[in-house]
Amino acid sequence: MDKKKLGYWLFFIALFLGPLYLTEFRLALLGKFLCFALVALGICLIWGYTGILSLGHGVYFGLGAYCTAMYLKLEAAGGTLPDFMEWSGVTALPAFWQPFSNPVFALSASLLIPALLAAMLGFLTFKNRIKGVYFSLISQAVVVVFVTLFVAKQDWTGGTNGLTNFTTFLGFSLASPLVQIVLYLMTVLILGASFTLAAALTKSRAGRVLSAVRDGENRVRFLGFNPTSYKVFVYSLSAALAGLAGTLFVLQVGLISPAMMGIIPSIEMVLWVAVGGRYSLIGAVLGAIVVNSAKSFFSESYPDIWSIFLGLLFIIVVMFLPNGIVGAVNSWNEKRVKSKRKGGTADAADSVVS
Amino acid sequence: MKGMKRFWGKQTVIAAVSAAALALSGCAASSALNEEKEKPAANTEGDTVKVGVLHSLSGTMAISEVSLRDAELMAIEEINANGGVLGKQIEPVVEDGASDWPTFAEKAKKLLQKDEVATVFGGWTSASRKAMLPVFEQNNGLLWYPVQYEGMESSPNIFYTGATTNQQIVPSVTWLLENKGKSFFLIGSDYVFPRTANKEIKAQLKAEGGTLAGEEYTPLGHTDYSTLISKIKEKKPEVIYNTLNGDSNVAFFKQLKDAGITADDITVLSVSIAEEEIRGIGTDILTGHYAAWNYFQTTDTPENKKFVAAYKKAYGDDRVTGDPIEAAYNAVYLWAAAVEKAGSFDVDAVKKAAGGIEFKAPGGTVTIDGDNQHTYKTARIGEIQAAGQFKEVWNSGEPVKPDPYLETYSWAEGLN
Repeated sequence: MDKKKLGYWLFFIALFLGPLYLTEFRLALLGKFLCFALVALGICLIWGYTGILSLGHGVYFGLGAYCTAMYLKLEAAGGTLPDFMEWSGVTALPAFWQPFSNPVFALSASLLIPALLAAMLGFLTFKNRIKGVYFSLISQAVVVVFVTLFVAKQDWTGGTNGLTNFTTFLGFSLASPLVQIVLYLMTVLILGASFTLAAALTKSRAGRVLSAVRDGENRVRFLGFNPTSYKVFVYSLSAALAGLAGTLFVLQVGLISPAMMGIIPSIEMVLWVAVGGRYSLIGAVLGAIVVNSAKSFFSESYPDIWSIFLGLLFIIVVMFLPNGIVGAVNSWNEKRVKSKRKGGTADAADSVVS
Repeated sequence: MKGMKRFWGKQTVIAAVSAAALALSGCAASSALNEEKEKPAANTEGDTVKVGVLHSLSGTMAISEVSLRDAELMAIEEINANGGVLGKQIEPVVEDGASDWPTFAEKAKKLLQKDEVATVFGGWTSASRKAMLPVFEQNNGLLWYPVQYEGMESSPNIFYTGATTNQQIVPSVTWLLENKGKSFFLIGSDYVFPRTANKEIKAQLKAEGGTLAGEEYTPLGHTDYSTLISKIKEKKPEVIYNTLNGDSNVAFFKQLKDAGITADDITVLSVSIAEEEIRGIGTDILTGHYAAWNYFQTTDTPENKKFVAAYKKAYGDDRVTGDPIEAAYNAVYLWAAAVEKAGSFDVDAVKKAAGGIEFKAPGGTVTIDGDNQHTYKTARIGEIQAAGQFKEVWNSGEPVKPDPYLETYSWAEGLN
């Protein structure tokens, strides 16, 4: 048990020391991937552990990002109207924008708005026992609704261009490399904390109920649990993680637009978890990092044909590693154990390995 | 003991995967050490100079943007064949923006910080430009943006070689009012360019005596125009001003023709249909309609004959040129001329030297306006011919001074 933890700690420390061995550009990339890893963590909780396949997490990511971006935009405008409102013909700041000039409000909204929306959507669907592919379709519809809304209300949201061109965060210049390093370290810490929290949740009593919901929701109901409340809880927790990731993303990348909350990014998020291994939290984190690193690496090395390599990666994983990279490592490990056992030296400790 | 061994086996593999991930994102720790950490500046040591070429080579925008890359690479090759810039050969670093705005920002950062390029040629959509803008401003880089756009922008780190609205949309509306009719129906894809452009058109119609019969937006990639066409039939406009983008044009023009509306009944003027798009949409349904640009493949200048021949020779007889392709080609030459004048690749020196730089472009002489970093361009309107080419029916006679904020038009006062 402690040794497994050691592995996680080594990985965490390797990430934390990133600024020492990565250039400014690579560090910014890794910071972005860690935001994605945070989204993947949330998706792993609902998909791998609870069996809810959401194809709409882009919305929660986007809402979190927009909340923070609105604050950044107002700070950059410095008391005047944000630039895009001026050229859209808006004369006064819309009322709902005003509270976002307060950073505490904006940052809490970036967590709470996605969580509340998810809770509402989850309550309505799970209570009515909508699940499986029907839930996935509804989550896609939510994406379409939000993207259309954000594109159409150009004077409020910046339209397809989204919100960009920020200058400072709490008075610190976002262009400064030092601020970017601090933001990166914050991302690592938040990812580490969220990972610990998620791991604790999966091991807790509630976590067992979640897995039970995945494996037999009706049985759980017969045993006297109310699956709806467990599902609503984990779904809004995962939305809050996505919103948090959106905040960190906007601070580091300096841009959010409806294209990033659309259908394709939403499906990509699920893909990261699938590649890493959906039954494993560390798998989801690794999946997000591996897929996005591969994307950057291939597209830099072969700008003309990189998408073919990425496609091959997905095909290989889906065909040969149905439980993702970590799933494959685990089952390969188990096989090794079994073959050894046949050698006749099995001892009791072996069966503890999960 | 055995348990421990097994544990390490599993951990080693996971650690190896993590290490691989880190190595990938770090692009190998060894090269990371060599990359400089200090503030980026163009690396101009040695006998080559690197420039970035950043367009979407994959995704929905690839169909348009690949041609821009081709034109830029062709210009670079031509300049290199003539001795390069300041005696150095230009070495292009091509990156794929993948039709994804954060990717544009990421690759722009990579070109500036890692490759230390002297300048970048890139972008098509406004969203990609807006995503790259802060990167160029923060790193004091230089971006040449080659596509007509909605105006209302003038970044100190961007040169705009495509038209702003007063070089394309404003003159075309005036021409339509004088020649085709007063009643306008505006249709567009639902994003920033059409919405901003239509805001300007409505103000101009009011000032110049036109009327607005309707204004409709459809999502990007929309293909069912029957409702919209019934509305058009009901309102009976004389002119449809079309800012639809991409595939939607195919559906719209086809359904317009099926509804029995031809160019003789209602004139459609488009601002996003160039030679390349005509090939995709089909000439039979477009014949007789109009488009406003600054350049056509048929534009009659000696420079254009050479340009078209060279482009076809390099990329195949079936390829066509068009306005953004020409503007991308011009951008490389304008940058090279500004560098020669500045005697340096330094961004600030090049910016200072750029004002007044002239280039005999295929579409007529273009000049950089030192104040807003746009270019003087000749406005042109062409009628689509059965052969898939334009016949020019009007031009502004001389290059029009760029005015991205429409400051010289009294009707545009409330817009910015």
